[in-house]
Amino acid sequence: MNVTSLLLLLLIGTIVTFLSGDKLAARVALFFSLAAFGLTLLLTNTFLNSSNVGFTQLWIENPTVYLAFKADGLALAMVLLTTSLTTVILFSSFENQYKNAKSFYALVLFMSFAMAGTFLAADGLLYYIFWELALIPIYFIALVWGNDDADARRKAVVKFFIYTLSGSLFMLIGFGYLYQKAGSFQLETLYNLKLTSQEQLWIFLGFFMAYAIKIPLIPFHTWQASVYQKAPAVGTMLLSGIMLKMGLYSIIRWQLPIAPITAKANLILLTSVGVAGVIYGSILALRQKNLKKLLAYSSLAHVGLIAAGIYTLKIDGLSGAVSQMIAHGFVIVGLFFVAEIIERRYNTQTISEMGGIRVQAPKFTSFFLILVLASVALPGTFNFVGEFTVLYSLAQVNILVAVLGGTTIIFGAYYMLKMFQNVMLGETNKTIFKDISTSETISLLVIVGFLLFFGLYPKPIVDLVYPSLVEIIKFINK
Amino acid sequence: MEQNVALLLVISPFLGFLFNVFFGKNLSKNVSGFIGTTTVIISFIASIYFFLNINNTKHATEIQLLDWIQVSNFKVSFGFLLDQLSILWLLFVTGIGSLIHLYSISYMHDDENLHKFFAYLNLFVFFMITLVVGSNLLVMFIGWEGVGLCSYLLIGFWHQNQEYNDAAKKAFIMNRIGDLGLLIGLFIIASLFNTLDYGLIKNELLAGDFNTHSLWLIVATSCLFIGACGKSAQIPLYTWLPDAMAGPTPVSALIHAATMVTAGIFMITRLNFLFELTPQVLNIIAIIGAVTALAAASIGLVQNDIKKVLAYSTVSQLGLMFLAIGLGAYNIAVFHVITHAFFKACLFLGSGSVIHAMGGEQDMRKMGNLRKSMPITFITMLVATLAISGIPPFAGFFSKDEILITAFHHNIPLFVIASLASIMTAFYMFRLMYLTFYKDFRGTEHQKNHLHESPTLITFPLIVLGILSLIGGLISLPGNSWLNDYLAPIFTKSVIEEHHFGTTEYILMTVAVVGGLIGIIMAYSKYIKQSYVPLPDEQISGFAKVLYNKFYVDEFYMAIIVKPINQLSRFFRNKIETAISSLVSGLGTITKSLGTAGQEVQNGSVGLYLFSFVIGVVGILIYLFLAQ
Repeated sequence: MNVTSLLLLLLIGTIVTFLSGDKLAARVALFFSLAAFGLTLLLTNTFLNSSNVGFTQLWIENPTVYLAFKADGLALAMVLLTTSLTTVILFSSFENQYKNAKSFYALVLFMSFAMAGTFLAADGLLYYIFWELALIPIYFIALVWGNDDADARRKAVVKFFIYTLSGSLFMLIGFGYLYQKAGSFQLETLYNLKLTSQEQLWIFLGFFMAYAIKIPLIPFHTWQASVYQKAPAVGTMLLSGIMLKMGLYSIIRWQLPIAPITAKANLILLTSVGVAGVIYGSILALRQKNLKKLLAYSSLAHVGLIAAGIYTLKIDGLSGAVSQMIAHGFVIVGLFFVAEIIERRYNTQTISEMGGIRVQAPKFTSFFLILVLASVALPGTFNFVGEFTVLYSLAQVNILVAVLGGTTIIFGAYYMLKMFQNVMLGETNKTIFKDISTSETISLLVIVGFLLFFGLYPKPIVDLVYPSLVEIIKFINK
Repeated sequence: MEQNVALLLVISPFLGFLFNVFFGKNLSKNVSGFIGTTTVIISFIASIYFFLNINNTKHATEIQLLDWIQVSNFKVSFGFLLDQLSILWLLFVTGIGSLIHLYSISYMHDDENLHKFFAYLNLFVFFMITLVVGSNLLVMFIGWEGVGLCSYLLIGFWHQNQEYNDAAKKAFIMNRIGDLGLLIGLFIIASLFNTLDYGLIKNELLAGDFNTHSLWLIVATSCLFIGACGKSAQIPLYTWLPDAMAGPTPVSALIHAATMVTAGIFMITRLNFLFELTPQVLNIIAIIGAVTALAAASIGLVQNDIKKVLAYSTVSQLGLMFLAIGLGAYNIAVFHVITHAFFKACLFLGSGSVIHAMGGEQDMRKMGNLRKSMPITFITMLVATLAISGIPPFAGFFSKDEILITAFHHNIPLFVIASLASIMTAFYMFRLMYLTFYKDFRGTEHQKNHLHESPTLITFPLIVLGILSLIGGLISLPGNSWLNDYLAPIFTKSVIEEHHFGTTEYILMTVAVVGGLIGIIMAYSKYIKQSYVPLPDEQISGFAKVLYNKFYVDEFYMAIIVKPINQLSRFFRNKIETAISSLVSGLGTITKSLGTAGQEVQNGSVGLYLFSFVIGVVGILIYLFLAQ
């Protein structure tokens, strides 16, 4: 058994969901997503029993393209993130009614397929195809099922689409060049390719364009807030929870081992770009009036720190960054779900129209508060494990960068608690707020349970990822 | 056995928390309160067990549980260290904690969210215990952040009031400024020693192959001290504590007077072997402590809110403790932590009793003559007031006197500052007593008719704490100190200077007592003899106004930090974001031509597009799967 079975399952799921009709689509999609998650667990287990679950087969002869999937601990962790979050996201959408539901849910599964493929692909061109494929479903999801008026939405979504697509083209050019040199797109070959520092610089930049836009890093982030705001909750969760991790993951998987010289030479610059995002995103989040936009900027801050961790090029920085990626995936999905729960009841994203909810919805308040605390990386949450490790690694690189990156614990507390206060506290709101339903509770419980459990016992995740990062570090230091 | 008792000690309040969270709503208030209190009493009993144990064996108990975080050069486990220091802290945290829980059953009885109150209070005790018993800095950090969270939850307990919520938020954020310092300090220590474990760090230092002159060590202890400044409300991070009085009074007594705010002292005492290596930093600590003691005491002189007076008093007393630490007298700082926990908890609970009787009124200008109707509250508060004023033989006399004597031997200016702060303390505390309990009643008729002594659940803790404020000094008498002997194993060097009790000491002692008496007499002549009642807010002028407005420090922070950040936020949004956006759109013309293919996609039917594509990929995959 290998990972192609997983990709196949998700594809079949996409088709069956589409064929199952509007009524059943949600449940069918959930079934396949859950099955995919189960299968990923199984594959991970097989992998941990030291069997290879990867796959390589020649696909196209000229140019030489392989259907190659590398399933190491890192990739499997990301696929676990993808399938588990897709399941949570699907389940959280159960109380929404979507027109043309079969297409909607098929797109969600298809996106899950493409993202899993991106994480697994071990051939440059294959990887590139998956990378671009993932963009298509989210484009439609945001465009067709989003909110706000159609024109504004179209503008934002098309901008996002073109922006990320053109960023990716630079990466494609990079791959083209690499193929010229190596005669193959295969990961191993590219890792072992000898490139001059000049060549590495250009490859690095090409990849950087694609990743910086996708993640996004400042100043390539301007598409983010409005798309997050205008996409339907499911789309925003997929984007922020999983898709942006494609960029972060790709830095580790593709950019660093192929162009390590550039990364090393610009270590302080690159970590600083990440840290600048922390401060810039945090300060913007402070005065946001729209809840989803505020969360978007908080996300900008968090991924900035993750990127800084990756660019330390140290094992702690990488390991912490991966923990952070997973933790952030869960917490941001949880927070966007919170925004969705409020929108279901108050039909607004504007913070000033909320407030005084706490008394009416104690259960909801508890979950929301735990998510806020996870977001500010309180010890005991998985987010702390990641943030601590990343900041520690940054401190090893440069104490000043660590201090500036560390301001996230102050700023984060500032904008998150301010938001929580304005959304939840104060005099009881006159509009009735019904406490969360059973299905809403289950979604939140899964997310919060995950963050707390691995906050106290992060070992399984860290141990799964660590050896693959050690491998990658070897190539970075070759 | 030890391991089980230790687990019980830590977990018990957490179980109380879970119980009240999940079942509290459906239970009667007394059951909630009973469970909440009992779980803390269990921890108290377990602490006594360890106390007796260590008195016999003289050996610390160390327990390692699960591994937690692992990085390249060190590993952190959930570990407990029960040695003389942590057990001492546990005793008063859980002991005073039990009393305050008991008190709260009555005090919070009319609150509809009583079960939540007990849940948070239990959670606090759990985190405080974690902070104290952790065997490494990171487990301490869990507790450190956890108590901050509980402080946030309890300050904003009445969350319908946005002012209280502001106070809660402010406390959390200011603490986090300190926490960043603490974290950075922790990082440096981890880099230097490859561990965060107290015992291992100490061993490495004792082994002697460590470069003790490393500049990084100075940076590390400075950073840790920043953390202590946040949690223990020292200049410049003290302004959250007075605002924290928004929380219910038992919270002020437990968290913001007796226990949490001493965490900074605990941490530095715990790491005394590190701080000893950086005398420069100790000097700074001494200066900041002394200045904080004086500044806070001077603000306390003119406050009219009974809890605000006590809050500034707490900041000031914590300053004295830091002064002691800065002078290397950790044992004396610990001594003052304990006596202060007794008398300040007593004072806060007493003020709660007063506020209770006054129907929520906290302004002393509207009180007066309460000693007749509230004799127990009055007498216990009087004992505690005498203690904090340094009058023999009350507890505070011994601890404060030792601080002053130590200061005198090390640094005369610091001695003068501390003495001034002490005189002020005696003045504002007796001002509080006179305004509250003497002269005529200045409240409404309605309040007057409802004045009453509080019920037993409130007076009992007061009496116990009153007695402790009276006799607490016995644990460290001059020349014959049980406490110093007990704590000796904690300190690497013999930091305990046994003062030879000679003429100088007796003179100093007399000076201190006379100073206290001067403060009391000044208060007496102003508020009893001249029957002075503080002016209404709008009539306060001159320097008194500066003091009343706390030197305008909050306004200063607002102007130089909060406002600029918010302006920056607006600037980022209106200028930078717009600029980047238009730049991207400008590039868009090029981008667009590259992305034509992408644009055309939107014209097709979603389903069809998807379907045809997927079929193709499926075909390939199935083929490969079968061919395998």
